[in-house]
Amino acid sequence: MDAFDILLTASFWVAAIRIASPLIFATMGELICERAGVLNLGIEGIMTVGAFAGWFTVYAGGDLWMGVVVAALAGATFGLLHATLTVPLGLSQHVVGIGITLLATSLTYFTYRLLLPEVTSPPKIEPFQPLPIPGLSGIPIVGEALFTQTPLTYLAFVAVALTAWVLYRTPLGLAVRAAGENPSAVEAQGISVTGIRMGAVMVGSAMMAIGGAFLTMSAFNSFFFEMVNGRGWICIALVVFGSWRPGKALIGAILFAAFDAYQVRLQQITGGVVPYQIFLMMPYALSILALILVARRATYPKALMIPYQKGER
Amino acid sequence: MSPVLRLSGITKRFGPLLANDAISFEVARGEVIALLGENGAGKTTLMNILFGHYVADEGTVETFGKALPPGDPHAALQAGIGMVHQHFTLADNMTVLENIALGTQGLASWRLDRASARERIEKMSFEFGLAVHPEAVVGTLSVGERQRVEILKALYRDAKILILDEPTAVLTPAETDALFATLKLLVKQGLSIIFISHKLNEVIAVSDRVLVLRAGKLSGERVTAGTTRSELAALMVGQEVEPPAVPEVEPGELQLVLNAVSTVRQGTGMALDNITLSLRGGEITGLAGVSGNGQATLAALIAGTEKPASGEIIVQSVKVQEWSPRAALAAGIGRIPEDRHAVGTIGDMSVTENVILERYRTPRFSNRGFLDWQAARKFAEEIISDYDVKCPSPEARIRLLSGGNMQKLILGRALDSAPSVILANQPTRGLDVGAVGYVHRRLLDARARGAAILLISEDLEEILALADRVIVMSKGRLSAASPRGARTIAQLGELMAGHGMEAA
Amino acid sequence: MRLEPKPAPSILVTLLYPVAAVVLTLAITSLLVLAAGASPLSVFYLVWKGAAGSQFALMETLTRATPLILTGLAVAVAFRAKLWNIGAEAQLYIGGVVTVVLGTGALPLPSFLLIPVIMVAAMAAGALLLLGPAILKTRFGVDEVVTTLLLNFIVLLFVSMLLEGVLKDPMGLGWPQSSRVVAEAQLPRIIQGRRLHYGFVIAIASAVIIWIIMKKTALGYEMRAVGHNPQASSFAGIPVNRVLMKTALLSGGIAALAGFCEVAGLKGNLTLDLSPGYGYTGIVVAMLAMLNPIGVVASAIFVAGIFVGADAMSRSAGVPSYIADVMVATALLTMVVAILFTRYRLRWK
Repeated sequence: MDAFDILLTASFWVAAIRIASPLIFATMGELICERAGVLNLGIEGIMTVGAFAGWFTVYAGGDLWMGVVVAALAGATFGLLHATLTVPLGLSQHVVGIGITLLATSLTYFTYRLLLPEVTSPPKIEPFQPLPIPGLSGIPIVGEALFTQTPLTYLAFVAVALTAWVLYRTPLGLAVRAAGENPSAVEAQGISVTGIRMGAVMVGSAMMAIGGAFLTMSAFNSFFFEMVNGRGWICIALVVFGSWRPGKALIGAILFAAFDAYQVRLQQITGGVVPYQIFLMMPYALSILALILVARRATYPKALMIPYQKGER
Repeated sequence: MSPVLRLSGITKRFGPLLANDAISFEVARGEVIALLGENGAGKTTLMNILFGHYVADEGTVETFGKALPPGDPHAALQAGIGMVHQHFTLADNMTVLENIALGTQGLASWRLDRASARERIEKMSFEFGLAVHPEAVVGTLSVGERQRVEILKALYRDAKILILDEPTAVLTPAETDALFATLKLLVKQGLSIIFISHKLNEVIAVSDRVLVLRAGKLSGERVTAGTTRSELAALMVGQEVEPPAVPEVEPGELQLVLNAVSTVRQGTGMALDNITLSLRGGEITGLAGVSGNGQATLAALIAGTEKPASGEIIVQSVKVQEWSPRAALAAGIGRIPEDRHAVGTIGDMSVTENVILERYRTPRFSNRGFLDWQAARKFAEEIISDYDVKCPSPEARIRLLSGGNMQKLILGRALDSAPSVILANQPTRGLDVGAVGYVHRRLLDARARGAAILLISEDLEEILALADRVIVMSKGRLSAASPRGARTIAQLGELMAGHGMEAA
Repeated sequence: MRLEPKPAPSILVTLLYPVAAVVLTLAITSLLVLAAGASPLSVFYLVWKGAAGSQFALMETLTRATPLILTGLAVAVAFRAKLWNIGAEAQLYIGGVVTVVLGTGALPLPSFLLIPVIMVAAMAAGALLLLGPAILKTRFGVDEVVTTLLLNFIVLLFVSMLLEGVLKDPMGLGWPQSSRVVAEAQLPRIIQGRRLHYGFVIAIASAVIIWIIMKKTALGYEMRAVGHNPQASSFAGIPVNRVLMKTALLSGGIAALAGFCEVAGLKGNLTLDLSPGYGYTGIVVAMLAMLNPIGVVASAIFVAGIFVGADAMSRSAGVPSYIADVMVATALLTMVVAILFTRYRLRWK
């Protein structure tokens, strides 16, 4: 099989969509936060929390969907902490974000060790199974790639549609977008900027956590340390790459995941001639490259990272 | 008939500053009230309390006989108060319709009803002569159009009381007339209007009754028909306003010449279009114009933060090669920036650290890369005493100083080295009367010692009082200069609107 | 609710805020200790004993503090200029790489020449590594937080590649580790029989030098000005982009020095576990010190003590040693809140 044939196999695209799913959740979550004007660098830690919380809920006997809900709630809780520090108190979103990531990650590891002190290899759960959609899954390649996934992947696509609809088609979405562009416009129309921003950060964080939960409950079947492995930071790059638009960010996530799936297969073909680390570096290098390409013409939400005080114009 | 709005005993303090002192008044239906006062008299604070941005320390607000809960903009909107802020509260990335509809439909709703919003906006914009396209993105609109959107925002919510905060500051004279026509239509519909201004002419033209604020207190209340300009002016500043004495000074050498300079347009700024300007020693050149017509770019060019794309800059008959803030400073240009908080000072650094900002690299303050903090502190103390700056100590963070004291410090920093050219961009904006007089005196002193001064101001009266010659800027171009008193205000207004620039 | 600026409190009061933050941190982590079924007081006592209860413990703490002082300084310098260098981890590893490249026999120099040469080379490599993100920030407007974070992953993979490739120790029984540095390249121990090495002295000297740069020189003044208000700095004629470049070089260089000290002073060779996140912990160290270089020394020793003490405590009390990471992260967040209240007060209306 040569390097090009890979692109024509269904298994490649199935893998690409699977790899994209957690990124899609977390990218939408980050996009919502940033659209409201808050950079959420807690993403990496919040994904870790979600991965653990979802997995542990199932391990402790809970239902899979219950796991998703618990992960979302855990994510929202850290979102609330982040939002409290950055919105009403207006603290540096950089420092607080890194702090949330450190706190969420270490708290997760602490809890893991506390609850499972003796285990050497992490216990497994029965994860989400692929759920082929009748009729659609029979379409060659495209149908297989999109419609033989687990329910959580379908939910990821629903999340994109929902995010896009809410941002552009609802009164709430107007308020979120305005809060990230000119918060005084929101205040002047009698809506609380603090409320909108805090809400956006909590909802966004919940979505990040579901993205993390995808890793332990759909892509794999157990929790291990450092499993998020920089995916959160990649999602931040994807938001920029997608110009803060859900549809474009979705395309970015899929392109990125396709590349990731491709490099794994290319690694097998090249058979050890090129060090495998080179392939593993590529997703990160690609993210930096994507940032450079779009940075010049990126139109940031104007109030991104700028704290807002009531009555201040 | 009961008043639509009643304020009783409103008091608001910011730390030691008494911004509003027991202010009470009423507004009747269909009445236009002018709230007149100098910058810093407390007008905007009062309106922010009315609209719920601030909470008053004492006092109550009633609308239509009902108490208004404090600190809640939503309640103010519900009670029929609409506010057009001086700095527009519009989201540039959204359309006119979206900006107007923001917050008017339930946040829990799953769909924004665009059709009905659009219909309503079109109807109102026709009815009140407020032409705007509902689907236009706000970022692409002109200043005048944005203001119409702001007024529509209030009307869309059935505002009964419309507050306009310095609405004409950004308008051309023609746009101002259109605004006044709209206001007349609104009053006919039974709206009440509070018109905040510090411009006497406008207040007399538009209002039924004038309330004058001075230093946070209500200093007088007059029926417009029964008062005069000079009476209002006296109420506003507390004594007869005396224009500063401007002694004769013989114009000197050419200090700064811009020859056919153009710049590249950046972002939303206005580019300079083939500008020629000469500044002589001992002369104040006043640059008038509606804000956003390129004054900021011209100021940036002279300050060194903007580079010319074509044309030349000549300082004391030497053509400039490299242009930067450091080059401008080295060429002897003293600069007073427009925004003293964002550009003029570094709020979280001390007074000492701020005064050496422009010349910490000179031998006076540094030696082989090491700073001489003793010299810096001494310099700060000199400025503090020479320029009458009130501050706890040279170590105090500059953020804690009042606007006037901050401006005096900037003035000291810019003027201390006796620069041959002075760029004074909006040097008195937002200052109280005393500080304004102080800044004017210092500029006149500099003129007397032979400095060439460019005074950029949106306040025509300031320019007419100080400038030896007046130039009008419109759409990035300059009019010909006219000597003191040669053009009437109406003629200047024509130029400001961009008429007759070519002929000029 | 709004924030109102207030006059700077006296130095004594200013020092009370970090203390309050630490107390709050202990209170919060007590809850976790309780959840683990242990008594907070005895756990904190065990941590204290493990960190400073004996000469051995104290030496261990200072040894652990050495890289933290350096990464803390790197972060403090960068954050002063609001250059968000989250990549000290990568810069540290690059410093380690340079140390083993030059220090395993490539340069036949005596110790008094070899060590300075390696130090300078390591610093240059770290400086260049951060220059990239700094240029991307000033030239293209790419957020350096994301680029430095992503570079951490790239550099770690790069190191892994080297350790399985050109730098692999032929005697290493197949482990991904480098050869040991020669004796001339090693930093001697300060006390015979203890692990504390002269890297600690280098760290302290670095702190003093950085303090002088920040307080006494035009460069330090420029960095602070640019950090507080780039627009006003640029208006006043400070070359903002050049200052950011210099900041990047300084910050990256110091972080790389941490890698040098760890390899040449402690480990002797380069492995993939050279740093258990010293680059990230450096952020906490710098914030706890309110970005003050001398404060960094104190906060690095404090944070190192928590880690060393928690390791010891965990063995005897059965509370997972990750409690140390939680404490450190909590301290970061309580500290930024504390700093806020040294400059602002809350008003509820």
